[in-house]
Amino acid sequence: MDKLKFATVWLGGCSGCHMSFLDLDEWLIELADRVELVYSPLMDAKKFPEDVDVVLVEGAVANQENEEMAHRLRKASRYVIAFGDCAVTGNVTALRNPLGLALEVLRPVYLENGDANPRLPDEKGIVPVLLDRVLPLHQVIPVDCYLPGCPPDAPRIRAVLQDLLDGKVPQLSVEQRYFG
Amino acid sequence: MSVVTLTIDEKIVSAQEGQTLLDVARENAIDIPTLCHLDGVSEAAACRLCLVEVVGTSRLLPACVTRAAEGMVVHTTTPKLVEYRRMILELFFTERNHVCSVCVANSACELQALAASQGMIHVRLDYLHPHLPVDTSHQQFGIDHNRCILCTRCVRACDEIEGAHTWDVAGRGIHSRVITDLAQPWGEATSCTSCGKCVQACPTGALFRQGSTVAEMQKDREQLAFLVRARKEKQWIS
Repeated sequence: MDKLKFATVWLGGCSGCHMSFLDLDEWLIELADRVELVYSPLMDAKKFPEDVDVVLVEGAVANQENEEMAHRLRKASRYVIAFGDCAVTGNVTALRNPLGLALEVLRPVYLENGDANPRLPDEKGIVPVLLDRVLPLHQVIPVDCYLPGCPPDAPRIRAVLQDLLDGKVPQLSVEQRYFG
Repeated sequence: MSVVTLTIDEKIVSAQEGQTLLDVARENAIDIPTLCHLDGVSEAAACRLCLVEVVGTSRLLPACVTRAAEGMVVHTTTPKLVEYRRMILELFFTERNHVCSVCVANSACELQALAASQGMIHVRLDYLHPHLPVDTSHQQFGIDHNRCILCTRCVRACDEIEGAHTWDVAGRGIHSRVITDLAQPWGEATSCTSCGKCVQACPTGALFRQGSTVAEMQKDREQLAFLVRARKEKQWIS
């Protein structure tokens, strides 16, 4: 059987979900026999490939770069998993939402409390422009599976991936569905 | 008191006349989810999670305030109820800012547990993300309105068990808030006896002991029912 083309993506999150993915420890060796890792912050691939079977997406959609990446990965992937609370709910990344729109959040940080030469981080093409509201992944693209947790612990990640490898729709137990 | 016989989820059960459906269901190990119900205080029927279907009634009825009657046929987990409960939970999660990962009550929260048990694995509605205050003017306790679901368990525990009635609800609809005394800072509410019953009653991390950080706020909610039982029935062993 052909190996599943597997990718992981890091949007607006702290990378904790990816660290938790590494907590799969020796099961990663088993996983490596079954999937081909084609894109991930854990490897050196510059472009998201055209044809991906399963992708774990960590983080909320917080800026234009995240938004473009979300659309790109959706177009190229058969099965998209919202990976961790930031992707599922917005979580910590969305803590800025109650404080106002992008400029209202940036102003006190970069202008009112800036040092000698206060300016907004607006280097075009280098610093991605913040969206006014941080969004959970499913409010930007359709999502096939939700894997909550901050971070989701390794057994949860394994449960979902194992079901997919076995050709089943992933089912999490009640204990594995907790946010936080 | 007479005994009535009714059917809950295809199971024939008997109940004392006047007993609530919730009470009867729990006595018979039939699980109906609740959030505003708290053993030891009166019912508010505020959260609507315990809605059940009663054959012959087109409306859904809250099990916590519906009395068992002879021949009643009750369903507690129809697809319609399951979907409505999920929707109610999604509305709770969108109305305020519930962020489990940074909450004092993480892993000790009834809202978080219900989301998991009722299959609310994501929220389909837009989050409102309101800007809400946190009052830490009290010496020992704090209230974070971001995490309040307006279940009024604190209001009832304070009024009915402690007898202080420091807590109440002000405002209407989405602008409702729990308040202390005449909407004064908690630290200035002179009726407060600092007993902490409200903190134990709170199902989420809205009411907390100061100095507790993420996941540190364990709550002893059964303590309140114990107090009430001790007073009314003179039973001092939990």
